[in-house]
Amino acid sequence: MVPLVYIPPLLKSLTNGQEIVEVSGKNVREVIQAVEAIYPGFAARICDGDDLRSGLAVTVGTKLATNGLREVVDTDSEVHFLPAISGG
Amino acid sequence: MASTSYKVIGTRPIRHDGTDKVTGRAQFGADIQLSGMLFGAILRSPHAHARIKSIDISQAESYPGVHAVVTGTDLPEQQQKVAHLGEGDVNLYHLSQNVLARQKVLYKGHAVAAVAADDIHIAQEATQLINVEYEVLPPVLDVLEAMQDEAPVLNDDVRTDSMAGEESKDPTNVAKHYFYEKGNIEKGFEAAHVVIEREYRTSTVHQGYIEPHNATALWNQDGQITIWTSTQGSFMVRQQMADLLKLPESRIKVVPMEIGGGFGGKISVYLQPVAALLSKKSGRPVKLVMDRASVFEATGPTPGSYIRVKMGADREGKLTAAEAYVAFEAGGFPGSPVVCACMCIFACYDVPHGRINGYDVCVNKPRSNAYRAPGSTHAAFAAESVVDEICERLEMDPVEFRLKNAAQEGTRRVDGVQFARIGMKETVEAIRDSEHWKSSLEGKYRGRGIASGFWFNVGLKSSVTAMLAADGTVSLLEGSTDIGGTRASLSMQLAETLGIAAEDIKPAVVDTDSVGYNDVTGGSRVTFSTGIAVHNAGLEMRRQLIERVANIWEVKVEDVQYEDGKVRGPGGKEFTFRELAAKIHATGEPITVKGTSGSENQAGAFGTHCVDVEVDPETGKVDVLRYTIAQDCGTAIHPAYVEGQMQGGAAQGIGWALNEEYVYDEHGAMRNATFLDYRIPTCCDLPMMDTIIVEVPDPQHPFGVRGVGEVPIAPPPAALVAAIYQAVGVRMRELPASPPRLLHQILQR
Repeated sequence: MVPLVYIPPLLKSLTNGQEIVEVSGKNVREVIQAVEAIYPGFAARICDGDDLRSGLAVTVGTKLATNGLREVVDTDSEVHFLPAISGG
Repeated sequence: MASTSYKVIGTRPIRHDGTDKVTGRAQFGADIQLSGMLFGAILRSPHAHARIKSIDISQAESYPGVHAVVTGTDLPEQQQKVAHLGEGDVNLYHLSQNVLARQKVLYKGHAVAAVAADDIHIAQEATQLINVEYEVLPPVLDVLEAMQDEAPVLNDDVRTDSMAGEESKDPTNVAKHYFYEKGNIEKGFEAAHVVIEREYRTSTVHQGYIEPHNATALWNQDGQITIWTSTQGSFMVRQQMADLLKLPESRIKVVPMEIGGGFGGKISVYLQPVAALLSKKSGRPVKLVMDRASVFEATGPTPGSYIRVKMGADREGKLTAAEAYVAFEAGGFPGSPVVCACMCIFACYDVPHGRINGYDVCVNKPRSNAYRAPGSTHAAFAAESVVDEICERLEMDPVEFRLKNAAQEGTRRVDGVQFARIGMKETVEAIRDSEHWKSSLEGKYRGRGIASGFWFNVGLKSSVTAMLAADGTVSLLEGSTDIGGTRASLSMQLAETLGIAAEDIKPAVVDTDSVGYNDVTGGSRVTFSTGIAVHNAGLEMRRQLIERVANIWEVKVEDVQYEDGKVRGPGGKEFTFRELAAKIHATGEPITVKGTSGSENQAGAFGTHCVDVEVDPETGKVDVLRYTIAQDCGTAIHPAYVEGQMQGGAAQGIGWALNEEYVYDEHGAMRNATFLDYRIPTCCDLPMMDTIIVEVPDPQHPFGVRGVGEVPIAPPPAALVAAIYQAVGVRMRELPASPPRLLHQILQR
């Protein structure tokens, strides 16, 4: 098994319409790099330098990642990129 | 409620801050008095949209008793830079412009200049001597109008941003576009037997906290700045101040005063940087306190919205597809909670095919801000109202429909994420089994409605320090502002961990120099996340106590057990916590421990509400006869406070549903900026609300805590309009369902 990266709908134009991309990677950074290797341009929409783009969050499985690009990804993990939310 | 073996958790001790509150000794921001203190006043824009051509402060500066006058040019210039505030980000360029306008004013009440003087009257008089020359521009107040190409554009630097990049080349009011998709929406609607599509509107609504914003600043001669203020996040104030003033955070100390309500509205800074600038210029401490009109006109309410929802279900009442178009009025600057609305709107249900578009749109109203489950109330009003119509069309019990479609652990939301352990279904079952739902409602013009709601809840970072005293009490220093009883809920968690009484914990909310970093009090996070920090501190204190006792008894650490507030060792040796505390100072170092948290996430919270109303068909007035709230609260630490949060959230939702709205004239001036004209519910308007605490513990918290503060505001508007429909046959699709608006609909029927 390998991690499943859910492509944000507005970025599916970069992945030829692929909704889910299966790639290898031990953490979020490696997963993004793996998607970038197949679909160039993806990383630029997700990352700003060596960090996630401002206003963006990543969830691994059902959990919001607190380590950003360093968050560990298991072989059976789902990875989602979502806008950061705030409460009241 | 779930049965547990807890001794403290689940009990209802008297709140630690109760005496100070009821005797009036609690110190709020406006109570601060410092030697040599000056009083400040703000000059605000009379126009909703105008270009500032010039500002002349010379007359004000020379007015007797005036010590300082500042304008936007006294703030350092900001580039387009986003600051991360833990919970949410902020564009510093826009934040700075909102604190004191430079080139343009974007709403009536926008701060333009400020004065510090010997007393408030001199300060206010002097603001009238500041001569501002405006070029008045046409305002745009409606979200859909602001999205049109020909609409007046508020900000020259705003382009439509989305995850795919900029979607517009020219300046626009549409600042953000969000898009989510799941499955095949067309296929989903093809499979539907019933499809309902409706449009909804909500008005601008304020959080309605009773205590106005305030800030007192002392910019000392050594360059150190101290701010006393009412805030939901003292560390967020420090960070925003440092960014806006371009100073290191170490130069700024923020002292959080008691807070008279916030509900999301006291996270952003307004007065704090201005008070600091006035103090720097005058060399004296300066206090600023808003009046009520300024609170309404110049602080962040929750935005008005336009929402279009389309949902389909098969003959058996199973949802097949759901689609939403959500547009929020961000106010003068981008940053509405539209993204939260998009992620909440169908979260209560297992939707196989979905599509959601969301837009953050600038209009000439105050910069919007968070309000209790930001965006979720708007979303629930629209989606739950469509659900009610689907149930009617299918002649299906709304409880049965919800049970058939309820999101559960493993359900994938339209935005893609799967739920962890949640309690949506359990809240519906609780309503189904309630005496309220089982009772009959009789009488003319009476109706019953039901609705559900969702809020994420967040985790984020917290730090606490706990210190053992020789008398067996423990001082707990925390940095999370106590809005909803968290001094009690945190003390109880520490007491439970240590096996002592809640009354033996002495909690204090301290300044930013006196405790480690804490994220904002918001997102229903403090009892969860700071609770984990408290639990960790308690475990560390236990570990150190065991070590100490092993030393005293001259036995191995492994031979000492800590249980139920006692330590036990070989040969029947035993100390109570109190006995042990008395020996600590005689046997070594004091015991002072810290606890932190930050890597944990909360599962979301759900609530289902049931309401009975009676409508006066001659006036359109709605009386709430009976109200029941069922909510998944995880483990209820202090049930009375949990119930209070549920009731308080529902009360605010009822106000939003039936009365509250900003009323604007065609020039963009708010015409009801007082509590006499902006009608929040009082105890005369509401019945005693019944609460059903559903406990589905969150496994990510040592005691199973789930945030409770926000979700109860989401269901009320949808539940109330469903009840109104039952009562008089009118479907209200615009909030508030106030007497004139409802009467109009009744007469049109």
